[in-house]
Amino acid sequence: MLILGKLINLLLCLAAAPLLGGIINRTKAFFAGRKGPSVFQPYYDLFKLFQKGAVYSQTAGWVFRAGPVIGLASAAAAALLMPLGGLPAVLAFEGDLIVFVYLFALLRFFLVISALDTGSSFEGMGAAREVTFSALAEPAFLLGLAAVAKYTGHTSLSQIFSSLDITDWPAAGPTLVLVGISTGIVFLSENCRIPVDDPNTHLELTMIHEVMVLDNGGPDFGMILYTAALKLWLLGAVLAGILVPVHTGNVWLDTTAALLFLALLAVLVGVVESSMARLRLLHVPSLLIGAAALSIVALMLVCGGLL
Amino acid sequence: MNSAVDLILIFLILSNLALLGLSRLGACIRVAALQGVALGLLPLFLVESGPAAHQLFFSALLIGLKGIVFPWLLTVVLREIQVQREIEPFIGYGSSLAFGTVFLIVSLWLGSRLPLPASMQSGLIVPSAFFTIMSGFFLIIARKKALTQVLGYLVLENGIYAFGAALSENQPVLIELGILLDLFAAAFVMGIAVFHINREFEHIDTDKLSGLRT
Repeated sequence: MLILGKLINLLLCLAAAPLLGGIINRTKAFFAGRKGPSVFQPYYDLFKLFQKGAVYSQTAGWVFRAGPVIGLASAAAAALLMPLGGLPAVLAFEGDLIVFVYLFALLRFFLVISALDTGSSFEGMGAAREVTFSALAEPAFLLGLAAVAKYTGHTSLSQIFSSLDITDWPAAGPTLVLVGISTGIVFLSENCRIPVDDPNTHLELTMIHEVMVLDNGGPDFGMILYTAALKLWLLGAVLAGILVPVHTGNVWLDTTAALLFLALLAVLVGVVESSMARLRLLHVPSLLIGAAALSIVALMLVCGGLL
Repeated sequence: MNSAVDLILIFLILSNLALLGLSRLGACIRVAALQGVALGLLPLFLVESGPAAHQLFFSALLIGLKGIVFPWLLTVVLREIQVQREIEPFIGYGSSLAFGTVFLIVSLWLGSRLPLPASMQSGLIVPSAFFTIMSGFFLIIARKKALTQVLGYLVLENGIYAFGAALSENQPVLIELGILLDLFAAAFVMGIAVFHINREFEHIDTDKLSGLRT
């Protein structure tokens, strides 16, 4: 049963991750008054991309080809560590939350150097922006996780999210809300969503993530899209673990709650994206430092034993 | 046990961080007003046996003054002087927030080191009061516009008030009224001063006022 649960968790993540992007696009289409593509459109896109051949620039070396592969590998490795609802993670050990955060850093690092490897100054600009903002998002994320880890007394994601319970909310509500807001901002920033980055735009002044992957085509671009979908799913699962820690004892009920939360989160992202403009590039650091400040407040509340 | 008090104090901390990070003057005024309202509610939750009549009266007065009169006064000034946002503060908003987190850590450390005679309702009171005081000082130092400096002064006073609320459960009404009167007069005078500075010099950047000496 335990092994089955682990397998289902992993397969669910790998299979259903692109669905979230589909739900987001569908929500945006609804708000724009369009019919919109099917929620399964990301799967069709991936299928199409994986059938194509890749074209490589003459200036790009092996780093450019390795970037998407290593990115996908690190996102898949992060998927091994993340429990969802009642389903346990495949791997769990003390301190795996740091591994989880830095697998995403590895992903980003290879995405950035493969963007730099194209030799295009345009992609270099995107890489510089990505690194600037993620350097601010990382402390916010890590400190938020540290606050939850300190509260539960565990350093493994599996143990943290299995010991955190809905009954903790009355006592630790403020801490969890602060961590939730901070992680939510990191979620939007890391997944290149609207207050920070606009996934639709191809305007050079405002692009961050999109500009780095302009030179990738075919299967490489497919891998990058799939990696982004996995990242969206996994960070969403972190939010689900913090905000709706339902533990009724029934595995299916708990997992359904987490899955419903993920779907709701995707709708919410779509609503935010339909109703807000993206922030000016200069204001993004303030937002991320604000998120880090919230995480620090949460950590202080837990560490000081004040709550 | 006192989750309402904790919630108010966390709101106090968050509103300070918001004031440090916001550039729009109108939004700053509204945040400061909300902070005043939260502080007005604080003493009502601090007494265990339910608030007495004079405390209710005093809270209502405080909320009316800090939540309605001051913001209204400052909004009028803001409209008169046609300034929307602080353009170039001495210390930028991102750095201000970073300073804010440092202040928070320092004030939590201070709060844990400071032995206080009175029994505390919540361990957060002293740290959040210190943090509010420091944020107020910082706003006065780091911003150029006279209006933001007025806000910094109000935040500073909020911090002192929170500290006082922590120390004594029943503050003499007369003293409180005296403080409020001072504050009212100060905000009033500063509001008028800001308006006149603006009319005379067509800006409210206080760092340029030193040019008067030459």
